[in-house]
Amino acid sequence: MKKTQDDEMKRDGLPVDEDPSMENRYSDEYDRDEDLDMEEEVLSEYAGDVPEEELPSRKPKKKKSFFSRLFTDKSKNSQQEPPLSHKEKNRYYVRVSYFIVAMFLSLCVYLVYFNVAERDAINSNSNNSKQDSNEDLVVRGSIYSTDGELLAGTNVAEDGTETRVYPFSNVFAHVVGYSTNGRSGAESVYNTELLTSHASLFEQIQNESLDMKVRGDSLVLTLDSRIQQACYNALGAYKGAIVVIEPSTGRILAMVSKPDFDPNSIDSDWEALNDATGDSPLYNRATQGLYPPGSTFKILTTLAYLRQHNNQYEDFYFNCQGVVTQEDVSITCYNGAVHGGQNLEQAFDNSCNGAFATIGLELDNKAFTETCEDFLFNQSIPINMSSANSLFPLPEDASYGEEMTTAIGQGNTVATPLQMAMVAATVANGGVMMTPYYVDRIETYDNETVEEYSPSVYKTVMTAEEAEILGNFMESVVTNGTASALSGQLYTAAGKTGSAEYDSDGTGESLNTHSWFVGYSNVDNPDIAVAVIAEDGGSGSSTAVPIAKQIFDTYYQYYSYD
Amino acid sequence: MTKLIIDISKYILLILIAIYTFQSYSVFKKKDEDAKEFLFLRQNALMFAIHFVAFVVFYLRMEEPTLFYFYGAQAIYLAAVLVLFRNLYPKASKLLINNMCMLITVGFIMLTRISYDQSIRQFKILAVATVVALLVPIIIRKFRFLSKWTYVYAVLGLGLLGVVAVLGNETYGAKMQLDIGAFSFQPSEFVKIIFVFCVAGMLAKSTSFLQVVKATAIAALHVLILVASTDLGSALIFFLTYLLMLYVATRDWRYLAAGLLAGALAAVVAYFLFSHVRVRVQIWQDPFASYAGDGYQVAQSLFSIAAGGWFGTGLYQGSPTAIPIVEQDFMFSAIAEELGGLFAMCVILICMSCFIMIVNIAMKMEKTFYKLTALGLGCTYAVQVFLTVGGAMKMIPMTGVTFPLISYGGSSIMSTVLMFAIVQGFYISRREKRPPMPYYGGYPPYPDQGYYPPYGAPPYGNPPYPNDGYDPYSRQNMPPHYQEPVEDYIDGEYSDYEENPRRRNETGRAAR
Repeated sequence: MKKTQDDEMKRDGLPVDEDPSMENRYSDEYDRDEDLDMEEEVLSEYAGDVPEEELPSRKPKKKKSFFSRLFTDKSKNSQQEPPLSHKEKNRYYVRVSYFIVAMFLSLCVYLVYFNVAERDAINSNSNNSKQDSNEDLVVRGSIYSTDGELLAGTNVAEDGTETRVYPFSNVFAHVVGYSTNGRSGAESVYNTELLTSHASLFEQIQNESLDMKVRGDSLVLTLDSRIQQACYNALGAYKGAIVVIEPSTGRILAMVSKPDFDPNSIDSDWEALNDATGDSPLYNRATQGLYPPGSTFKILTTLAYLRQHNNQYEDFYFNCQGVVTQEDVSITCYNGAVHGGQNLEQAFDNSCNGAFATIGLELDNKAFTETCEDFLFNQSIPINMSSANSLFPLPEDASYGEEMTTAIGQGNTVATPLQMAMVAATVANGGVMMTPYYVDRIETYDNETVEEYSPSVYKTVMTAEEAEILGNFMESVVTNGTASALSGQLYTAAGKTGSAEYDSDGTGESLNTHSWFVGYSNVDNPDIAVAVIAEDGGSGSSTAVPIAKQIFDTYYQYYSYD
Repeated sequence: MTKLIIDISKYILLILIAIYTFQSYSVFKKKDEDAKEFLFLRQNALMFAIHFVAFVVFYLRMEEPTLFYFYGAQAIYLAAVLVLFRNLYPKASKLLINNMCMLITVGFIMLTRISYDQSIRQFKILAVATVVALLVPIIIRKFRFLSKWTYVYAVLGLGLLGVVAVLGNETYGAKMQLDIGAFSFQPSEFVKIIFVFCVAGMLAKSTSFLQVVKATAIAALHVLILVASTDLGSALIFFLTYLLMLYVATRDWRYLAAGLLAGALAAVVAYFLFSHVRVRVQIWQDPFASYAGDGYQVAQSLFSIAAGGWFGTGLYQGSPTAIPIVEQDFMFSAIAEELGGLFAMCVILICMSCFIMIVNIAMKMEKTFYKLTALGLGCTYAVQVFLTVGGAMKMIPMTGVTFPLISYGGSSIMSTVLMFAIVQGFYISRREKRPPMPYYGGYPPYPDQGYYPPYGAPPYGNPPYPNDGYDPYSRQNMPPHYQEPVEDYIDGEYSDYEENPRRRNETGRAAR
């Protein structure tokens, strides 16, 4: 307003107040302090009226020292620094308030982040008993296998007491888990879903008014109770694990871990199960057990070799004398076998340690590590189940010993059975790794589908050509290699055995052997991929291969072969 | 049936508080006084509706006949605060009153849910605090020498903190409380206010390096005593508040940078020196690692917030009491669990609205002392909200400070209510000084002081003069081009006239 007035006055030739310091006299920005400072300044001019001799004698001004300048009150010298206007002072208040507003907004953003990203993990934390309060309102839902068998259910007695029953007892112990004394398995991960009801609203209100509990949603797993039972029986008394995956979808058809426990009586067995000196039966070896992969790892060593040689493997020749020595490390073939002249396929069939140790020396460690990391070594497997990371620690400057032992799946390399099953499944699926999953769908108690999980591609980890070469190698392991027990069946199979030596008593003297088999059936159109490990089971061909055979046999009893 | 009502009630509560929160920001845009007044009344209606809905749920669940009287008492209290403040101090910021009452209401609801007995006790303390708060604006108006007592504040504050550090009784690993007879109170809550006055007094006097050194020494002493008595939350509040006040007073970012650097170094030193600091950091990194021990509280808090999700479980359908000392340190988690994450977010935003209004008041004050004090009080409030909410969500390490106005704790609620009253007092005294409209008829009240009349007004010396029956306020008598001054503040301000008599002559020099 002042501006326009001034303009108009100028136009009319009237004198205009040009003093810029007077600009804000009557506005809110007018600062009285500034005004008073001016007054002091004017008054001080009058000091000149006092006769000279009455003033204290002034010494000539010295240049002030650094320290005295430091401690002089600059704000008093208003002549040098013009005082700030109200608006300029407030600028700093505005800055501080921006900072604090950002703090408040960061709280809101974090709350959103928490609800979006972390909420599910915390809700299914095994210590979290919050959902238990839902148990007052909802009857915990059931868990079914894909072939419709009840794996876990809640019986409600007439007086309202509820008991959780597991008809298959030990067979599904690790996948389904338990829900008393903490929770594990699907009971833990899908706790919220089991205690939520998607039954119709009308029904819920009806139940509500009758003071009846609603039934929680049920889970339908991808596991097939018949194959699971077969796996469980086949593993017998061995400790170890079996994983069966459908290569084209990533559906887990069976997952067994032994030693196991009975979830029906977990309460009474709790002390014994948690005995520190025992075999930790609560531990799901299929996803959390870290085993040296032994010769099954040669699949990845071969792949790394193929990649380094652009799939030109025909030139490979190795003359096996039973032992390879580099510096002070010697690698011998299993049981002291001497394989003689070997090409790559023969070395793979016979699982010739000498040949692969030599390959290990030749491989570029960095590229080897990258290949393994493509297959999720050193990374977490994308499955919502507590799982351990398989490890492939091969530094670029590794010693010859490390390089050789790593190439034959010993050394510091460890893998979970699920990991190795996924390697076999990826080869079977032409190099495309599917995300493994074990819950097919969530249903209301009266079988209305709430949510369905569908197969998803995780990543294409190798080319179809590489997969085909590896597949052919694995096929010839069955036809004329270590897994020949699987040949001559109604179905075709491919695979790789492993005999992983481990230090059984920690002294390094007595080396026992884990028996491994990874492979798949129906080489033209793969149906299932399996990984079998029997702890201390001797060589792969003696223990793990017959177990795998039983699994394949059972599978083709129920599913057609084409 | 009860469950159904509770399920519906949580959505109703959320909608009501969302509207309230929206309004507490939309008011900043409104220019028209009547529209603002109407909006404030609507906010009050929402507040009472939220209170009512929650107590209906409580009655259904508790079936406690005394609850009816308790509800009545609380409703009367809220009404009394609103009516008394409005009538005693028409110049008070109504937004700040409303927000304060809203947060108190949320506190009432959550505390009654968690513990009926504690809620009754809290209510009594709050009633006393409110009576004191009503007197604060008068005190501020009368006592103009508040800015001079700098060293009295320093001695008083340090003394109180020192006494607590030596004689205080230890609760949950921190020495914070002082027992006097039957009461135990937490002096650090009150020292916060005194400290802000002290720092504002010192920095308003001068911002020379020497003065800054003095102020920093006093602030550092406060912080050190608090760290020694393991009250890390308060130490952090004091530290950040001091830094921000220093920055605003000196307008020098280098002080801020130096302060933050020193703070970071001190934090690292404290981490290696004090085991209780290390424990807090470890809990923050992974509360589940020490679930059975120190991490239990934070883990339970996370479970609570996660159980609540966006919409909450509904009142009485969660289990916030599973968190140890939920009523003091984890009220945010309790709100997030039962009333929902969105409701909790609204509460954060209401706190932010309080802070924005306080800064607004600080910016309107004229004297640096009042400006700094208002800002400092706003910062203590904001930092405290940030620490308690961030700690409950595990965004930052847990420091164990209360949620102002919501948490249980006599000292906490009393000091926060006082703090709001002090800011109101500043605002009231500032606005009361201003006449509603200065003489604006185009006539200079002091003609010899070189004030040019607005263009078009009759020249000086001609009638009519101010007191001869001519009404300069009449629109009729305004110059033709005159426009109402634009009100650019929320509450509508006019240029102050009596405060700044125009004592200047034509040269712009002050007149003698």
